[in-house]
Amino acid sequence: MSTTLPFRKIYAAPFILAIITAYGLLSALLGDGLWDALSWIALAIPIAVLAICISRGKQVRGAMTR
Amino acid sequence: MMRSHSIRPQTVRTWYRIHKWSSLICTAFLLIACITGLPLVFSEQLEAILEPHVAPAQAMPGASVANVDAMVATTQARFPSLHPYNVYWDDDEPRVFVNMSPSDRPKDGDIKQAVFDVHTGKLLELPQDKFSILGFLLTLHSELFLGLPGELIMGAMALSFVISLLSGALVYGPFMRNLRFGTYRANGKPRTRWFDLHNLLGIVTLTWAVVVGATGVMNALSTPLFGLWRAQVMPAILAPYQGKPQPTHFSSVDAAVQTVATALPQMKITSVLFPNSVFGSPQHYLVWTAGRTPLTSRLMTPVLVDVQTGALTISQSLPWYLRLLEVSRPLHFGDYGGLPLRILWALFDIALIVVLSSGVYLWLVRRKAPLEKELNRLVAADEKSVAQQIEVAR
Repeated sequence: MSTTLPFRKIYAAPFILAIITAYGLLSALLGDGLWDALSWIALAIPIAVLAICISRGKQVRGAMTR
Repeated sequence: MMRSHSIRPQTVRTWYRIHKWSSLICTAFLLIACITGLPLVFSEQLEAILEPHVAPAQAMPGASVANVDAMVATTQARFPSLHPYNVYWDDDEPRVFVNMSPSDRPKDGDIKQAVFDVHTGKLLELPQDKFSILGFLLTLHSELFLGLPGELIMGAMALSFVISLLSGALVYGPFMRNLRFGTYRANGKPRTRWFDLHNLLGIVTLTWAVVVGATGVMNALSTPLFGLWRAQVMPAILAPYQGKPQPTHFSSVDAAVQTVATALPQMKITSVLFPNSVFGSPQHYLVWTAGRTPLTSRLMTPVLVDVQTGALTISQSLPWYLRLLEVSRPLHFGDYGGLPLRILWALFDIALIVVLSSGVYLWLVRRKAPLEKELNRLVAADEKSVAQQIEVAR
């Protein structure tokens, strides 16, 4: 039996990432120095999420072929 | 609980169709935009390497500035057949650019330029017209070498892209009903792998892509929007000059700059457009000023100075649609938060290239499925007819 997720759950992570990205895009526009640094951190989060998800997927593959 | 599950299949199908078609329309153009955009994100850095320039002299803070009128005269002497087009100040280094043009609406390659040292007033160089790879990429990126029609085409493609992103986000939910966020089945079939990658990269970079897409639409509209603004404000400003001849004697640029600096002490002067019936006023210097903080430095205020009397005619802030355009520029270029922001911009851009190509791949394999079915049917029919022919031959 496959479990179906409610939409609230499906969109929870994308919603949080959208808020973080929006903050990152605006922060550097509003100020310099600390504002820039916070923007870099915020925009690095979605990129890091991608890297983690993809490498996790690849590890599963390695485990299966071993 | 049932409520959250009850999206009508018909609705999902409609959104899916919108996603498919809006993507198909724009994908080829978006790939061009993404691939040319990648080096353009680093255009400042690349320019320093690819197109080196003569550096101005080191100057003490608060050093006096040289006479701009003399720079214009020097440039005029070098290009006697052209007339002064505009003067602008470099953001990063103490340099002044004087541009000469044969007409009010210069075409590619028409402009001749001289670069001066702000403090010493010395002519630094006369940049030669030569092929610029960054200029080539920018023209391809923004207008496909088609001028204004090209800009509008790219704007329409950016709009189609935004529609495909939003509809894509809506069909993400139904497609992810049985999958955890971040699922990437690297051990799956190619189709499963690309499907996961498309969903994952697409949903994670969604906000960035929507912002860059929407600001791309704004940037594509800059020519008509500035035209609209001129059509709205210019007739009233030029009414008092009705019937007067085109000015032939121009008052001092330095004096105009000084007048504006005194009237708007909080603003920084970025450029002066000489009398121009296409982009400015035929009777005025159009002096562009900007604020000094990170945000207000993006917001320009134009000031008109009567080119004969040197008197300040009017300074007014731009309408909301040009404000929106001004804020759209940094959010499209990613040039507002140092090198780390540019690198992040490039990473998002690469992710988007993967989303686009995986989308094309998924569309192709989906199309192939019914094609194969059709092929099998044809092959079966062929075998049957061969069998019949053998039967007849007997």
